[in-house]
Amino acid sequence: MTGANPVSIENLWVRLDGRTVLEDVNLEVKEGDFLGLIGPNGGGKTTLLKAILGLVKPSSGRVLVFGMSPEAARRRVGYLPQKSLFDQRFPVSALEVVMMGRYGRKGLFGRYAPEDREAARLALEAVGMEEESDREIGALSGGQQQRIFVARALVSEPDLLLLDEPATGIDSSHQKEFYELLRDLNEKMTIIMVSHDISAVSTYVKKVACVSRKLYYHSSKELFSEEIEEAYHCPVEMIAHGVPHRVLREHD
Amino acid sequence: MIEIFAYEFMQRALIAGIIASVLCGVIGIYVILNRIVFIGGGIAHTAFGGIGLGYLLGKDPLIFAVLFSVAAALGIGAISDRSRVSEDTAIGVFWAAGMSLGIIFVSLSRGYAPDLFDYLFGNILAVSWSDVLMISVLTVAMLALVALFYKDLMILSFDSSYGEAVGLPVRELRLLLLCMVALSVVVLIKIVGIILVIALLTIPGAIGRQHARSLKRIMALSILMGASFVLGGLVASYLLNIPSGATIILAAAGTFFVSTLLAR
Repeated sequence: MTGANPVSIENLWVRLDGRTVLEDVNLEVKEGDFLGLIGPNGGGKTTLLKAILGLVKPSSGRVLVFGMSPEAARRRVGYLPQKSLFDQRFPVSALEVVMMGRYGRKGLFGRYAPEDREAARLALEAVGMEEESDREIGALSGGQQQRIFVARALVSEPDLLLLDEPATGIDSSHQKEFYELLRDLNEKMTIIMVSHDISAVSTYVKKVACVSRKLYYHSSKELFSEEIEEAYHCPVEMIAHGVPHRVLREHD
Repeated sequence: MIEIFAYEFMQRALIAGIIASVLCGVIGIYVILNRIVFIGGGIAHTAFGGIGLGYLLGKDPLIFAVLFSVAAALGIGAISDRSRVSEDTAIGVFWAAGMSLGIIFVSLSRGYAPDLFDYLFGNILAVSWSDVLMISVLTVAMLALVALFYKDLMILSFDSSYGEAVGLPVRELRLLLLCMVALSVVVLIKIVGIILVIALLTIPGAIGRQHARSLKRIMALSILMGASFVLGGLVASYLLNIPSGATIILAAAGTFFVSTLLAR
């Protein structure tokens, strides 16, 4: 676990369909970091996560994950995609969904072994869902489903966890305990979380970066209205030090 | 009633029907979960081109049906994957082009095609031992593939974008699934015919899904359902002297409607 940073990005440019999605992004994520990525829709947050996963190829620049190519490092990375519109009546149990996260260790022809089942049980325990392991995924609430998907990201025993809008579908009364779960997980692994929820970001993460084609990095999580405005190009409602204060200056 | 199975053609029909039910039960649920019912329809109708070519060349039409249906599976899969043509457009083109080829080939073979109707509408009573052998081999191959790729097909069917993120070869696996559907279609052509194939491929799975909660139980229930439709249809068609393929499908469709009402 020593040596290379979990994520090291140098001068990354990504162009998709002729459009520049990421422009000259530089980012170092250190072991034990909990980085929040905020930014406007279409600003490239998800693309940045996909570049770290090796699903999007850099047009130029370099992405290293634990000092390796993203593809080679994929086994050490757990991923929670943006909430997908899966079939809510799909005949699959919570445990079976979590087991899917073992794919990276098993490969195409591999078969699940007792240790995979045990890892899935532990992952369900880590997210407090061990009681629900035999229930159908569609029978669970939105928040419970997100916990199952976090467990699926955890079951490969990753050193780096990438979460894309993880709180989507969790009602506000359960969001606090969900973020506390993430904070507990952060004691064991590095986390990068894309979020729209600036208040959650400022309360739970350690560092913040704004992504709006370029990346605006903050080594602390205190945000400055100028920086956020530069990223969003519009007035934002923001919170620093956990104290809400509105920033509603007009811009041209 | 048991004595009608003293006839060898009835025994062959029964064996072929039960094997085909196993195949439908296992493959059908993947067709439903991946929403590729109409790709199945397109593949089946494209296979008619192969049937026609078989007639023209004087060879076993089912062999050419295999070639045409696999080509259709790969073609529809590749076109909708890579180009800007949408999937249903690709299905429509293959569907009609395959039928047209079949019609041209049959007419070129001087129109002598005594059992052409059997391929279009199925005739389980006309199944030969060599058909039974082919159905068995294809079914065993399909079951082996499902067993080998069970966990991978599960990820593909449930959430293919997640599969892509963890390195599952989604595109290749989807083409494999389409080829498996293509081969299943060929097995079913002898039983219910090209035009009715998608019904037998999907109705047992659809009913299974209404009453079972896990993939394996749905498969088991679908196999039971398929076998009873085939058996019921077979006996009814023999006793009443009505076409077997249509009888089997009507038994299936009737059960589906009743099951849907009960499952609400």
